[in-house]
Amino acid sequence: MKRDIILAGVGGQGILSIATTIGAAALNTGLHLKQAEVHGMSQRGGDVSSNLRIADHEIASDLIPYGKADLIISVEPMESLRYLPLLSPGGWLITNTKPFINITDYPKMEDLMAEIENFGNHIALDADQVAKDLGSARSANMVILGAASPFLGIDFSELQDAVRRIFGRKGDEIVKLNLDALQAGRDYALAHKN
Amino acid sequence: MDQKLMLLGDEAIAQAAIDAGMSGIYAYPGTPSTEITEYVMQSKEARSGQIRAGWSTNEKTAMESALGMSYTGKRAMVCMKHVGLNVAADPFINSAITGANGGLIIVSADDPSMHSSQNEQDSRVLGKFALMPVLEPTNQQNAYDMVHYGFEMSEKLGVPVLMRITTRLAHSRAGVIRKESRKQNEINLPKDSGQFILLPAIARRQYKELLKKQEIFESWSLTSGFNVFTDGDNKSLGVITTGIAHNYLFENYPDRHIPYPVLKVAQYPVPKALVEKIYNSCDAILVLEEGYPILEESLRGFLNLGKTIHGRLDGTVPREGELNPNIVAVALGMEDTHGKDIPSIVASRPPSLCKGCPHIYSYNALTEALSKWSKGRVFSDIGCYTLGALDPFDAINTCVDMGASITMAKGAADAGLLPAVAVIGDSTFAHSGITGLIDCVKEKSQVTIMILDNETTAMTGGQDSSAFGRIEDICTGVGVSKDHIFVLNPSPKYHQENLAILKQELDYQGVSVIIPRRECIQTALKHIKENKKAESVPSEN
Ligand SMILES: Cc1ncc(C[n+]2csc(CCOP(=O)(O)OP(=O)(O)O)c2C)c(N)n1
Ligand code: SF4
Repeated sequence: MKRDIILAGVGGQGILSIATTIGAAALNTGLHLKQAEVHGMSQRGGDVSSNLRIADHEIASDLIPYGKADLIISVEPMESLRYLPLLSPGGWLITNTKPFINITDYPKMEDLMAEIENFGNHIALDADQVAKDLGSARSANMVILGAASPFLGIDFSELQDAVRRIFGRKGDEIVKLNLDALQAGRDYALAHKN
Repeated sequence: MDQKLMLLGDEAIAQAAIDAGMSGIYAYPGTPSTEITEYVMQSKEARSGQIRAGWSTNEKTAMESALGMSYTGKRAMVCMKHVGLNVAADPFINSAITGANGGLIIVSADDPSMHSSQNEQDSRVLGKFALMPVLEPTNQQNAYDMVHYGFEMSEKLGVPVLMRITTRLAHSRAGVIRKESRKQNEINLPKDSGQFILLPAIARRQYKELLKKQEIFESWSLTSGFNVFTDGDNKSLGVITTGIAHNYLFENYPDRHIPYPVLKVAQYPVPKALVEKIYNSCDAILVLEEGYPILEESLRGFLNLGKTIHGRLDGTVPREGELNPNIVAVALGMEDTHGKDIPSIVASRPPSLCKGCPHIYSYNALTEALSKWSKGRVFSDIGCYTLGALDPFDAINTCVDMGASITMAKGAADAGLLPAVAVIGDSTFAHSGITGLIDCVKEKSQVTIMILDNETTAMTGGQDSSAFGRIEDICTGVGVSKDHIFVLNPSPKYHQENLAILKQELDYQGVSVIIPRRECIQTALKHIKENKKAESVPSEN
């Protein structure tokens, strides 16, 4: 078993929180893990990505080869497309549809959505809206993780446990909000992955 | 102890140094090396005062402080990004000649492909230049183990050891198993009281010894187990890898069975015996180096008359930039893999100054104040404010190395480009700007120097800045007239006021220093968060 995952977003959107949760769940099930992070200059509103690799065998490279990633998980729609060269032919694209517009030549939303729809295996949802409806605008990333959960090759209960461990310190309410967000994303994906 | 920690390469180095009984770590921040020192600073050993950990004013002062600690017999580490090693080059090269007393490791983090740097120089060249042993870990565990080994080696052989890492290792996380902790050394001054006095007579003797030691270094490289030769059935090619290139080779063989003989190099000087073994048994050699083609060049020799050597020099591997699994696949004659192309509607999203960043308002005022002169007279420096080169500011004309703003402005003013403006951050000013300012004062150069004081080293994540609270004193101390030192508030509200002062000082025929001062938004937010936490959590003692 292996899952090579590209996490994508814009600096400041906190993509590493998704990596941390998947990582915690993976380690708990005894899987191997490598995660190349991006630090430094690109954090100031620029594009950021992280390579997360999990496998039941030792992992050699910190970087995922082009054309071999199993999943792109993106918290921003345009950023989800930036990493298509890395995605394998049967791979899945999981993305938030809520744009983060901090440049003047941001593409038109219709064009962007058409490109995403055009890509066969995809789950696209407005995670910000879903999170807001649940009363926790800040858990949009958990919604996205939930939407990716059917493709991770890790038991959903392991992800839930990881959320409990990571957010446990912040109190039961925060844990529940995040678990609800995770579930809502998952439900959406299960209903739409056909 | 056998519990696995998920650590960045940087953190693995830091944890190893703590476990190996290091007494002090010195550094100037720089991507991708910063997290080593930050990790040690946050450790309980550092917070309780058992380990000295903190930022130095620049890499040279850091290197010398670490050498001073080594002199006392204690273990020390100094960390920097690759270009920092240029700044520290003088003490670095000479430390190989004095040798070490307590274990001394210099970590230099290279940035092939220049993810956040101005060049992609390879620190192994400087290691060789200094005639120092070099360790180049292939993964996070290897980095952890090599720090223990490096300190041992440094003490047993009486030589500082250079550890060279690259961005991918520094900023990638993997499982690391720790070793037993070791106690710190006691103070124990060098047995030879002349060891650290590099008077020519002593230096000549020490240098001879260093040359003699090269053979010993090489024998350590042979026996340490870090350089590994693995035989293969297919002798049509032998593959030599250095550093993390080894991982990319393995990535291309999912069953981990490589048909060719492979020499994995992770410690220098490279043992001749191992190179001979692979060279003699194979028809041709492929060298995969993460960095400059150093090994490749020496294998080829000047005339390239031996066996065929493939690598960066014959185009089998691109001449510049970091490696990846695909580049290595192609070099091995395998198929390249590629997903769909990036759709053309995807726009680039370069980094930009944060909303409300004080630098924005400094540039707004400066650009307007300069509007009556021709363009091309703003000499800038390295930091967040370098983004002033991009749209919509287009406000600066140079960025070369830390400190070069003031001195390049001086050179241009000397040439007659008047007024010449320097724009430098507060941390960069402390790092390398002060000496240039003294040059300007000495010759009354007509330069207007803006020291953008956001009260932190923002670019690398908000480390403290050595000149904090002292900038005006430093300027008056080196002789800038008090009448030509101005502190501004870089906010829209004060635009007109700031503009007037800038215009006036651009006309002044001497050195003037303008200090726009307002805290970086990011560190200000961090401070607010910390204060809130401190209020809501009852203090522990
Ligand atoms: C010799 C060297 N050391 C370290 C760095 C990494 N680096 C780039 S800019 C910078 C500091 C910037 O701080 P400051 O001048 O205060 O500007 P700010 O980013 O706060 O605007 C550092 C440490 C470098 N480029 N060169
Ligand atoms: S991090 Fe601070 S100095 Fe850098 S752009 Fe943001 S506000 Fe400005």
